[in-house]
Amino acid sequence: MKCTCGWRAALLVLGLAVAIPQAALAHRAWLLPSATVLSGEDPWVTVDAAISNDLFYFEHHPLRLDGLQVVGPDAAAVTPENSSTGRYRSTFDVRLSRAGTYRIAVVGDMLLASYKLEGETKRLRGDAASIRKELPADARGVQVTRNQSRVEAFVTVGKPTDEVLKAVGSGLEMVPVTHPNDLFVGDVARFRFLLDGKPAAGVEVSVIPGGIRYRDQLAEMKLVTDAAGIVGIDWPNPGMYWLSASTGAGRGNAGPAGTFEKPARRTVYSATLEVLPQ
Amino acid sequence: MPVQIAMRIRYSVVIAAPLAALVAAPALAADLAVKVEIPRLQVAEYHRPYVALWLEGKGQKFVRNLSVWYDLKLKDNEGTKWLKDMRQWWRKSGRELDMPVDGLSGATRAPGEHALGFAAGKQPLGELPAGDYQLVVEVAREVGGRELLKIPFQWPPASPQALHAKGQHELGVVALELKP
Repeated sequence: MKCTCGWRAALLVLGLAVAIPQAALAHRAWLLPSATVLSGEDPWVTVDAAISNDLFYFEHHPLRLDGLQVVGPDAAAVTPENSSTGRYRSTFDVRLSRAGTYRIAVVGDMLLASYKLEGETKRLRGDAASIRKELPADARGVQVTRNQSRVEAFVTVGKPTDEVLKAVGSGLEMVPVTHPNDLFVGDVARFRFLLDGKPAAGVEVSVIPGGIRYRDQLAEMKLVTDAAGIVGIDWPNPGMYWLSASTGAGRGNAGPAGTFEKPARRTVYSATLEVLPQ
Repeated sequence: MPVQIAMRIRYSVVIAAPLAALVAAPALAADLAVKVEIPRLQVAEYHRPYVALWLEGKGQKFVRNLSVWYDLKLKDNEGTKWLKDMRQWWRKSGRELDMPVDGLSGATRAPGEHALGFAAGKQPLGELPAGDYQLVVEVAREVGGRELLKIPFQWPPASPQALHAKGQHELGVVALELKP
C-alpha cells in the first residue's frame, strides 16, 4: 500500500508547525454519508469521517474536520452542523436546503520539512512561515515537500446539478464525467483526473468496494488514467466504493529534494462513491 | 367457467384471483387499462407501498408518467422523502418533478386490485407516437422490499390485447389491456 503520509497533513490544523509523532502507516481516509441520493424537501445527511484500514469501518483514527468544506448547488458554502470528533470517527450533519448536488470535502494543504539535527532526522509541518520559525539554526539537509490531500463525497437532492463538479485547479482532483450520484451497476462510469487543473495521464487509480471485513479478498480494481486523465469503471456490485489516487514521492521514497521556494509535491485524492442496483 | 383459486403462499404473498377474471370485460372504457394487484402481506409492520407506473420507449428511454402513489397525507409534503426508493422511476423521471403533480400523484392504496384507465389524446397518456413500448411498474414498501415489472407492448394496438406480468413479493399480477 502506498504511503499515505498526506493523511497526517489532513489531521493537523493548517498554519501550525508540529513535530510528527511515530504513527502507523498506510491507512485509508474516507467520508461516509448516510445517503447520496435524496428526495423530499429539506433533507439532511449525516456523514462519518474516519481513517481506518478496512472500509468502511471506523476502527483506528477519526478524520479531523479542520479542513472540512461543504459546497452547495449554487456554489455557496454550507455550514455543517452537530460536528463532533470521537475516538474512531468524526461525525457531522449537513442540511440540504436546496435541490441539487453538494460537494463535501476535507482538504489539506501544507508543507512537510525534514532535516537532520545531530545525526537524527526530524520533521516539521505547517506553512512556510511557521516552519522557518521552528527550524533550528543548525539544521542540515532541509527538504521541503508540499502535501495536498482531498477526501470527498457527493450528495444530491432531487435533480443532479453540475456546479460543484467544476475543477478546483490545485493538487490532484477528480472531475466527474459521469455524475457521481448517478452510478448504477451495469453502467460504466467515467471520471477525469486533473493535477493542478491539467489532465493527469498515467495516474494509478484504486477502487475498492466497502464491506472488507466480511470477505477474504480485497476485490480492488486497479485502473490507470488515459491520456485525457480518464478512467472508466464497470461496477461489479452495488454498494459504497472508495476511490483513491496519488501522485508524487511517498514517505521514505528518495524523491527529488524540494526547497521552500520549490517544494517537492505529494498530492493524494480519495472519494466515496455510492453505486445503486438497477 | 371453472373457478380456479390458485392459493400460492410464498413469503406470505397470497395471490387469489384467477387470471381469467382479470382480463374480463374492462371496468373502464379506455384505450390503455392497467390493473395492479397489491398483495396482502402478513408482516408485523405493514405500510401501503409507494407505486410508480410509467411508459418507456426504445432503449428504455422514459416516455410518460402514468401514475404515482405515495403518502400524500403527511404534513409538509414529508411523504416525498421516500420517493427516491422507487429508484428506477426516480432516476428516469421522479427527480425532475416537483411532487405532488396534478393528474399524476395519488395516495397510496390498500392491498387488492386497482384499475386505472388511460385514454389516447387525454392526459397523462396524451398522443403516443406509434412504436414499441414498455409499461413499467415499480413498487417500494417501507420496511419492506422493492420490485419492478415490465410489460412490453406495441402502440397503437392492431387488435385488443391482454397482457400481464406477475411479481414475486411486492407485486401481484399487473394486467395491461389495450383497445384499438
